[in-house]
Amino acid sequence: MSVVPDVSRRDFVKTGGALVIGFALAPRVALAQGRPAPLPASLNTNRMLDAWLRIDPNGTVTIFTGKIELGQGIGTALSQIAADELDVDLQRIQVVSGDTARTPNEGQTAGSLSVEQSGTALRFACAEARDVLVSAAAAKLGVAAPGLTVSDGAVTAPGGATATYWELAGSAGLNREATAQAKPKPAAEHHWVGRSVPRRDIPKKFTGGAAYVQDIRLPGMVFGRVVRPPSPGARLRSVDEAAARRLPGVVAVVRDGSFLAVAAVREEQAIGAREALKRSARWTETVSLPPADEALYRHLMSLPVPGQTVSEKTSVTAAAPAKTLEALYTRPYQCHASMGPSCAVARWQEGKLVVWTHSQGVFPLRAELAKVFDMSPQDIRCIHAEGAGCYGHNGADDVVLDAALVARATGARPVKLQWMRDDEFAWEPYGSAMVMKLSGGIDAQGNVVTWSHELWSQSHNTRPGASAGVNLLAARHLATPRPLVPPADVPQPSGGSDRNAIPLYDFPNVKVVKHYIADAPIRTSALRTLGGYANVFALESFVDELAAAAGADPVEFRLRHLNDARARAVIEAAAQRAGWRPSAKGDGERGRGFAFARYKNLACYCAMAADVEVERKTGLVRVARVVAAVDAGQIVNPDGMVNQIEGGIIQSTSWTLKESVRFDRTQVTTRSWADYPILRFTEVPEVDVVLLDRPDERFLGVGEGAQGPAAAAIANALANATGKRLRALPFTPERVRRNLLQVDP
Amino acid sequence: MASFRLHVNGKTTTVSVEPGTPLLYVLRNDLELNGPKFGCGLAQCGACTVLMDGKPVRSCVTPVSAAANTRVTTIESLGTLERLHPLQRAFIEEQACQCGYCGNGMVMSAKALLDRNPGPSELEIKQALNGHLCRCASHNRIVRAVQRAAKEMRS
Repeated sequence: MSVVPDVSRRDFVKTGGALVIGFALAPRVALAQGRPAPLPASLNTNRMLDAWLRIDPNGTVTIFTGKIELGQGIGTALSQIAADELDVDLQRIQVVSGDTARTPNEGQTAGSLSVEQSGTALRFACAEARDVLVSAAAAKLGVAAPGLTVSDGAVTAPGGATATYWELAGSAGLNREATAQAKPKPAAEHHWVGRSVPRRDIPKKFTGGAAYVQDIRLPGMVFGRVVRPPSPGARLRSVDEAAARRLPGVVAVVRDGSFLAVAAVREEQAIGAREALKRSARWTETVSLPPADEALYRHLMSLPVPGQTVSEKTSVTAAAPAKTLEALYTRPYQCHASMGPSCAVARWQEGKLVVWTHSQGVFPLRAELAKVFDMSPQDIRCIHAEGAGCYGHNGADDVVLDAALVARATGARPVKLQWMRDDEFAWEPYGSAMVMKLSGGIDAQGNVVTWSHELWSQSHNTRPGASAGVNLLAARHLATPRPLVPPADVPQPSGGSDRNAIPLYDFPNVKVVKHYIADAPIRTSALRTLGGYANVFALESFVDELAAAAGADPVEFRLRHLNDARARAVIEAAAQRAGWRPSAKGDGERGRGFAFARYKNLACYCAMAADVEVERKTGLVRVARVVAAVDAGQIVNPDGMVNQIEGGIIQSTSWTLKESVRFDRTQVTTRSWADYPILRFTEVPEVDVVLLDRPDERFLGVGEGAQGPAAAAIANALANATGKRLRALPFTPERVRRNLLQVDP
Repeated sequence: MASFRLHVNGKTTTVSVEPGTPLLYVLRNDLELNGPKFGCGLAQCGACTVLMDGKPVRSCVTPVSAAANTRVTTIESLGTLERLHPLQRAFIEEQACQCGYCGNGMVMSAKALLDRNPGPSELEIKQALNGHLCRCASHNRIVRAVQRAAKEMRS
């Protein structure tokens, strides 16, 4: 195997007098004997030190990361990690993220893995770079390296002689493969990690700065809009393109099969032309969608999809159950519902394509675009720019193909294309509808002895790169379609449809079975937690149902079945902070519920207690307060972590109380916020978060830790308040009222 | 096409556009202001909010003809990075966002609220912002930011 220099990167980076001379993102595997030694986290697949950082003579450090800012504060957290390992002031750190020409390929920014993967890689890379720089200083100063100290990039010898990183930039070489031999600092020596450093992306967002892809303006740029089919099964029969071309400002009308789009000089002209095209377009629609509401779940369960055993554990010593329960839980299709419809800027020049995108994975996106346009990936550059919060795979990638297809028709004029609100609601890939059938038994002492979790779900990952084919929406509408090849489920241990379906509790007999519906007419993909939200909702609801059957307090019942010390600690911390009163009964209108999960059974531990109030007459549920405790290992930025958990709890409250996609047998009818209400200010719970810092433990992802437990805590609180359990999401007033009126069998 | 004289952030400009053009596109594309955002185009989410003669309006459904000869204020005129308005400072200090896409509307409606009610209660703040959607769920931080700004502006 030989080393292929990354020409594109060299083209795009002006290194000047910087430390980095040539970039080589590919590992020099040719030098290694056989397989290269494993390196920590993303360093393993991006092995060169200079792929991660650059020291500049002007006194700055640039760190490169494949993980992108989603408003989760990753740029700030990574800069804290780098500043500590390098011994430089935080102000010196600049962050370059998600650029196929400049940064490491770290796949998707997803799965609450950014600090784990990129943070760990940067930590080791920066620790090693510090060693390289200190060695260079030792050589320059003529002293031994161990006697040197570093303060804000100034390396000082015992006698006071000093050399700075910025002077050494030209002589010390970071163009070398990492070894991970330099030991990162112990937590006690951290200055920045562990502090609530204010996020670097926030000031510009409140002062009208250019913060988002929507704010990019290029010379000669025109505005694009897409005209989507009215329904997933629709095909374009005819459209009056000529009339649209005659409209003021219209630069191009693009029709390719059922893909229809327009570009105009002014944005409102593009929107007007979109309306005109919509009016003249004639489509053939087909009845292709599943039945809605309760029938949807029966439909999903009736599909000929065999069950696959995900996990099975049997005990010969456990007692036979004295009492068994079974319950069916459901979750509808739910939207990411980003505040800003998806947007991209695309520019073609001399057969090369540059796009600015809020995609969570610029490298997988590039590979997909290369397939559509039959180009070499080297001729495509994808540059991340922030968008509105996405919470998973929304229209971010799809809109890039739309923009690139339109920009092909506008000559050298770049195109900024933003979806309209109805494009986003009707065409984003939803979080999958799911059915969870739980059954379990308790012995005479009220201990769980059998546990079964069977689930039905569509895919939770149809992102670019998730499978063969092309996972970009417009590709399936082209005259020569490039459809998605149904992807396999995300495997355990993190899991996809079955994420968090395996209980962390020490139950002696456990069986988890999934029916993975790989292909379905309603498009689905990753929405924060994948299957975790619904599985934890079901699992933790059912734990409470068994606890009730055992006459046990929900907190004590959980602790009784858990040996994991860290799991127990968050449960105890949440119960204590909330002032949990064992076996307290609700009063018919107010109640309290508890839930716990370790996200993916691999990431952060999170437990919480929720207080709800129910208006019995209307069925209106209000979540008054949620108290959560979280253990995510070492904490990089406490306020950032609290922000993630707070946001996760409130977002999940919205999913749980309000949200479901509406559709008939032909069309998705959710088109605006009027069709898809979300939680508003007066409905938002008070949130209190306790962090359990474990400075000597490795990072555990936190961004998706709260959603599952929040849903279950609310469900359990509602059952505690009213004595009636609701197993179908969302808990809309009508459904709650109906449930309250139902007589127990 | 017609010409409209606009007074935006203390400056007067003339634009030639169709009378029905939503003010949002004139602000973003002709005046190159980033603050007001396109969120829905339906007056449902509040991301595009600007002040017209001191009152919050949804610029995505306000025709430019209606904005002519009024005083339009966007977040850009409240303060700069160097000289922040108390509301901007408070939103930054409270770290009152994740993605921040809704933040423009929150700040502008809060500005209108504090201009007419310098000491709003928590409920009054929530009611004033209830027509604004936030998907990252930074609501509680946003309320705290408005309280903090109100306190600073009163003292």
